[in-house]
Amino acid sequence: MAKEYRLILKNIDSDGYTPDLECYVRHGGYQTLQKALKLPPKIVSEEKTISVPEQIRDEVKLSGLRGRGGAGFSCGLKWSFVDRKSGKPIYLICNADESEPGTFKDRQIIHKDPHQLIEGMILSCYANDVKIAYIYIRGEMAEGARILNRALDEARSKNFLGKNILGSGYDLEIHVHRGAGAYICGEETGLIESLEGKRPYPRIKPPYFPAILGLYMCPTIVNNVETLCAVKHIVDMGASEYAKLGTPNNTGTRIVSISGHVRKPGYYEIEVGAATLGELIFDFAGGLHEGRQLKAIIPGGSSAKVFRAGEKFKIKKRGATGADTEQEIDLLDLPYDFDSIMAAGSMSGSSAIIVMDDSTDIVEALANLSEFYAHESCGQCTPCREGSLWMSKALNRLASGNGRREDADYLLRIADNIPGGRTICAFGEACSWPVQSFVRKFKDEFEAKGAQAEARRNSGAGTAQPSTALPAHSA
Amino acid sequence: MPPTATQETETQAPVIDTIAIKVDGREISIPKLSVDPISGRPVPTTMIQACAAAGVEVPHYCYHPKLPVSGNCRMCLVEFGTPAMGPDRKPILNADGTSKIAKSPRPAIACASPVSPGMEIYTTTPGVKEMRTSILEFLLINHPLDCPICDQAGECKLQEYSMEYGQAESRFAETKVHKPKQVDLGPRIMLDDERCILCTRCIRFTRDIAGDDALGILNRGGHNTLSHYPGKPFDNNYTLNTADICPVGALTSKDFRFQMRVWFLKETNSVCTSCATGCNIKIGSREDRIYRYVPRDNDSVNSCWMCDEGRLNYKWIGREDRIQTVSIRKAGGGLESSSWTEALKHVTGLLKQATPGSVAIIASARQTNEELFLLSTLAKKLDALTDVVPRSGQADALLVSADRNPNTTGAALTGFITAKPGSILPKIAESIRSGRIRTLLVIGEDVTRHGLDAALLGKLDTLVVSDILPNATTALAHVLLPGRAHAEKRGTFTNIKGRVQKFMRAVEAPGEARAEWEFLQELTTPITGQAGFAGIEALFNHMAAERPGLKHLTWSDLKDSGATASGSEG
Amino acid sequence: MNAMAFSVPKKIEAEIDALISHYPEKRSASLMILHALQDHFGYVSGEAMEWTAAKLELQPINILELVTFYPMFRQSPIGRYHLKVCRTLSCALGGSHQLRRGLCKKLGLPEDGHGPATTADGKFTVEFVECLASCGTAPVMMCNEETHEAVSAEKAESILAKCN
Repeated sequence: MAKEYRLILKNIDSDGYTPDLECYVRHGGYQTLQKALKLPPKIVSEEKTISVPEQIRDEVKLSGLRGRGGAGFSCGLKWSFVDRKSGKPIYLICNADESEPGTFKDRQIIHKDPHQLIEGMILSCYANDVKIAYIYIRGEMAEGARILNRALDEARSKNFLGKNILGSGYDLEIHVHRGAGAYICGEETGLIESLEGKRPYPRIKPPYFPAILGLYMCPTIVNNVETLCAVKHIVDMGASEYAKLGTPNNTGTRIVSISGHVRKPGYYEIEVGAATLGELIFDFAGGLHEGRQLKAIIPGGSSAKVFRAGEKFKIKKRGATGADTEQEIDLLDLPYDFDSIMAAGSMSGSSAIIVMDDSTDIVEALANLSEFYAHESCGQCTPCREGSLWMSKALNRLASGNGRREDADYLLRIADNIPGGRTICAFGEACSWPVQSFVRKFKDEFEAKGAQAEARRNSGAGTAQPSTALPAHSA
Repeated sequence: MPPTATQETETQAPVIDTIAIKVDGREISIPKLSVDPISGRPVPTTMIQACAAAGVEVPHYCYHPKLPVSGNCRMCLVEFGTPAMGPDRKPILNADGTSKIAKSPRPAIACASPVSPGMEIYTTTPGVKEMRTSILEFLLINHPLDCPICDQAGECKLQEYSMEYGQAESRFAETKVHKPKQVDLGPRIMLDDERCILCTRCIRFTRDIAGDDALGILNRGGHNTLSHYPGKPFDNNYTLNTADICPVGALTSKDFRFQMRVWFLKETNSVCTSCATGCNIKIGSREDRIYRYVPRDNDSVNSCWMCDEGRLNYKWIGREDRIQTVSIRKAGGGLESSSWTEALKHVTGLLKQATPGSVAIIASARQTNEELFLLSTLAKKLDALTDVVPRSGQADALLVSADRNPNTTGAALTGFITAKPGSILPKIAESIRSGRIRTLLVIGEDVTRHGLDAALLGKLDTLVVSDILPNATTALAHVLLPGRAHAEKRGTFTNIKGRVQKFMRAVEAPGEARAEWEFLQELTTPITGQAGFAGIEALFNHMAAERPGLKHLTWSDLKDSGATASGSEG
Repeated sequence: MNAMAFSVPKKIEAEIDALISHYPEKRSASLMILHALQDHFGYVSGEAMEWTAAKLELQPINILELVTFYPMFRQSPIGRYHLKVCRTLSCALGGSHQLRRGLCKKLGLPEDGHGPATTADGKFTVEFVECLASCGTAPVMMCNEETHEAVSAEKAESILAKCN
């Protein structure tokens, strides 16, 4: 049976582990930083030496670490895009705007082990010659912001932060910046605009790639909380050891958030790909409630395309000989890693699994998500602004019993006109993927809902009342 | 900084690095870099610029060539491909030796995407058409569709693109978002938020060009709403430009709204007369009534902007109390109507007999180059003192010049004045007082407000006045000649930077009013011996040949955007 | 407009000045200042926005754009206890609609509402909000700045009881 592999969560939730510096240091905290700051430059030849920051960057690249925020982009590659010749300061921002519905992993780190994040940040900043960094934390996490500020004060008091850190000559300041309730601030250029004190309108790319024209039009790195923690472990273990965790191209560990209709919702850290969707849901999260059947799984935060129970996928697997073979895999046997979930047509995104059992009204579930996206669209660009609200209105109408049989196709036509590069940022995908996948995979239920409403109207029963809530099960 | 009237640059063209691309299969060569409208720095040429160079118009709402790119409307999405690269980083070739093109799986907004060598842009594919159709549909679902009562009708990009990409029927089955209507944004601008498509052109204009960060978007998502800060009116001197650049009927000019359907307006190229910048304008008129001025593009002068003050400075032309008749004061009595023939004969007769130095001419620096030229030849013959009346105010950083006359430069270039404007006026006053000057010609100024009061003018034997509107000087005239506004005649002005710009006649003048250049020719010919010219073209060409500053210019050289006089800066 | 002129206490202004110093460009401090002012005054008034704009050398519209975008900012006072119930999917699957209705019923507020509703005595405001990032312990509710997890009907009662 698959087991948890607690690397980042190692100390979290263990008895007596507290978020203060003393406890962190007692558990070996900041030793990686101290070690790194004392490393000598690597001499390759008489002419060429590799500085410690560059060595760390190389390690991160070698480790295969992929961003844990949602896009799964190579962290080492992201760092390699940074314009280091512009003469402008380089900024690093920790994206702690955890807002993707279903995701609650970063919260655990921030609340329970803030120094791990701070150490990861200091190392990442050192590696990239960053002098000022920010932690952009979502506004609702006021307590998290207080914990981080306390931890930063502690770190300053021990000279892990500030001027001439531990005598190394390296200066760094980290500040906590609070958002104020906007999902779009999780998008890195929206976040940058927000941090500049503007409406968090994502920037057009080109030309505003953060690595070149980011915060204050300076080169900027935006990394997720978990990603920055992983950097600490990569520096600590070495890239090759870290890369042994997980599978090739899906290295390391991931913290999976599981919520919805399961007995033991929660966060579980696994080696990437070391557990299947089925194992995560039935073993880790305790399976479904008594007498319930699986209906749907959202595998990577609410933006990810939904899976319908019983789906099978044809997935290419690279065999020992290096040749690809196509293999049919049941939904529940999909290894939970970046590539397998993507091969199955969805994404592991922020590694948040939302489980829905057979008591779920799938139309209402989608209406719920669409309302979220309509509320969170920044409204900057046309397809997303108009489309997200349009879909939400249509779904609310359908869910509340005022639908039409044609609404399923009507919704698809709207949703198909939003993604695929037509919007400024990936929110276009985020708001339309759920609609595309829910409606296509559960078309029977959408059409039935509309047909019922039509039948009732034709019988003269008139307009339906607003819908009741989604069914709830006590955990 | 935006280009301003005071920093015209016609610097040497840098070495232009060009690249070859294809637009809809047509190969073109375009500069790799273009000038950023705000910073003035070279930036990569974009697809939309390349398409324009290829003669392909890419539909757009938020993009405006003179504003920073925003990229929000998504109407300009196009498909494209770039040369496919092999693992050796060399282009993969087709059998015929051409580069194999890798088509991008995602479209790009033409307004912000740079072109690269070998790129192919596709604007007519089914995919592109379908994207345009869907963007237009999104823009229209919450739009009130109130075209019959909308002032933008006829100039509306929603209407225009609907013809090409619209769907006959709306499939929107939900309730529209309602937003504020008839929002009083400021003294000159009304806003209808339901019509607004949130392109942010107005916001970018007022922030980045006018320097007044006064507008913004409130709320979020589908409820986004353009607004000013409540209680803080949108009131800078450039607000009406936002109505021009608003691609829909959201921002309208209070002055113009509900006045006239734009398709009934005749448009005439002209030049604003409110200051020495000489912003290029189009006069919108119908049946000899002027309804509006709008700026006309001229990168050497005003880009595509103009100030509100200048734009609204047209109503005087249609005033009821215009001077409409030629009149002559009878001995000891009042003005009695006369005729052009009689009046001009009378004045010519007087001037012929005048002893050298006994005549002075004060003309307005609002008169045209041609008029000032004719007056200068007359002055030379009569050894007359001449001057113009200076008008000055506060200059701004964008367009408004401190010199509020449109043609001070022309007064100097034509030789009408040789000293600082207004510096001769005291001498003229003194000479009248001393009795040396017996005859005064005043063209287009109320000199009683400039040191020559009624008592002083009373000492003259003859006061000949030409003007458009009545004033204290016209009331004292012995001979009163009704003149024309610029909108009622043709001619040229020379702006503060020496750009000679022509303007055309938009409307007929009332009553007997005649173009000053016409009657001044009749007046001067008997004295200077220079025969008159049949048209303004010939007069201009003669003047240009006579005056060193205007050398080498001909009327036809001026085209629509003017030409720089030699010897002047810039 | 209040009869009393708007004024920010020295202590708060000192905090704000410290916040501004965290950024190379002071406009960046906008959100943090608005949080500080809302924490102190209970809401962000027009005067507070104008004060913020002046402090940061911005136009008031720049601040109003933010206040109307970010749902955490409010332009009028609310109840002393702000109950924010998560509405989004995992919490909905875990009973957040029932939680919100239960709270509203108990407090005598309209049960089918969505946006903020405040009790007549000004003590409570109940509001549906979007995902609070604690989906594993649905349904989740915040009472002012405190997050409460797995809020059963009984737990909700005891939370209300502690609000004095």
